[in-house]
Amino acid sequence: MKTKVLLDKKAIERTVNRMTHEILEKNEGSSALSLIGIRTRGIYLANRIQSKIKSIEGMALPLGVLDITMYRDDLSKMKSPEVKKTDIPFDVNNMTVILVDDVMHTGRTTRAAIDAIMDLGRPKKIQLAVLIDRGGRELPIHPDYAGLTYSVHHKEEVLVRLHEIDGKDEVVVARPV
Amino acid sequence: MKWIKKDLLGIRELSKEEVLFILNSTDSFKEISRRDIKKVPTLRGKTVITLFYEPSTRTRTSFEIAAKRLSADTINISSSTSSYVKGETLKDTAKNLESMRPDAIIIRHSMPGAPHMLAGIMNSSVINGGDGAHEHPTQALLDLYTMREKKGHIDGLKVVIVGDIAHSRVARSNILALKHFDTEIVCSGPPTMIPPYIESLGVKKEYNINKAVVDADVIMMLRIQKERGGISSIPSVKEYATLFGLKTEHIEKAKKDVIIMHPGPMNRGVEIAAEVADGPYSVILDQVENGVAVRMAILYLLTGREM
Repeated sequence: MKTKVLLDKKAIERTVNRMTHEILEKNEGSSALSLIGIRTRGIYLANRIQSKIKSIEGMALPLGVLDITMYRDDLSKMKSPEVKKTDIPFDVNNMTVILVDDVMHTGRTTRAAIDAIMDLGRPKKIQLAVLIDRGGRELPIHPDYAGLTYSVHHKEEVLVRLHEIDGKDEVVVARPV
Repeated sequence: MKWIKKDLLGIRELSKEEVLFILNSTDSFKEISRRDIKKVPTLRGKTVITLFYEPSTRTRTSFEIAAKRLSADTINISSSTSSYVKGETLKDTAKNLESMRPDAIIIRHSMPGAPHMLAGIMNSSVINGGDGAHEHPTQALLDLYTMREKKGHIDGLKVVIVGDIAHSRVARSNILALKHFDTEIVCSGPPTMIPPYIESLGVKKEYNINKAVVDADVIMMLRIQKERGGISSIPSVKEYATLFGLKTEHIEKAKKDVIIMHPGPMNRGVEIAAEVADGPYSVILDQVENGVAVRMAILYLLTGREM
């Protein structure tokens, strides 16, 4: 397995900083904004964005956790994957929801996440923030905020590691030899 | 862990790991029933049949709601409206239903082992919704889920089961499930309703309910199983109510945070006093709410397994 580091710890921090500013700029501040992290690593990224917004705007945005397993389009092709908890402790109606994920690939996870959120109410807008957009889309879905856009061959794998769960911060591409 | 079993026939067939896997999955499904839109697309295109040869309100409705909230299609068959009254055997009914390609069948039957027989001849998942006085696995799972939810843990609990233990599939499934954990189980009731071999399951017996409930964390009341001859085990219902009905005085002997459970249907004034059933320690309606979530988890795990 050959690996190449795309983002190191410093670069991830700068990238998340930039995305946070872009979110605030595009939405003209943080009012009626909320964050929903997609399990697993989207949660930690959403956490980081929330604390950065708090240090800039002095306000903690509502933060939710979304498990998309029940909305997958490939359930019939796999053994029942473990379902984890969805916990969105606020009303999504009329909110601008920033959906946060680590890697954007086919767009199918995002499609499932949008459906899941729409079942909880009618947000004013849903925007998508991802740390890395690796290309390879199978659905007409695109991120509003991408930390890094980097085309990766479909046989390669993008691994996002975050210290909250993996012990260190890095984004690497792994190529099977 | 991944779920691999096709059927849910009884607690006896489940490992502790599998019991915990179902309880942990249930957490995720419980939230759906509290939404405005109580539906997720998870089991879209799956067909679930309930085949009930015995009366039921809770279990059948609970399974139907669970399936519908997961977007499965449901069909309900009860013996009185089926070809059973025209003399068709259970096996033939099952084979015919199988030809319509359902994904899961929930069966309730007075014959112990009926679900096991169907499981052997059907490709679809078979779920035991109660077989005679044998097992009622989904009831035990929802009971354990409720205990864990209210107490935070199952290990270390003293659980007292009172009533017609001999004829109760709920008691049997609960005992088997609780034995996977470090629990103290006490069965109480008139000697005619407690099987003499009950201690071989690793539980204690205490005929005096006043002694049984001392320091209990959980008191589970059972009704007299009239349809299985329970009534012939006691001199009179009135005497039973006096000696074994749960009253406020018993709750005072239990732990301060005791929970009172009942699988339903209850007979107020017989095995449980109305003020206890409706009182602050009662979690009887929480059991019903949790029943839907547990059954959603089970339907998801069984019908989503690898073919």
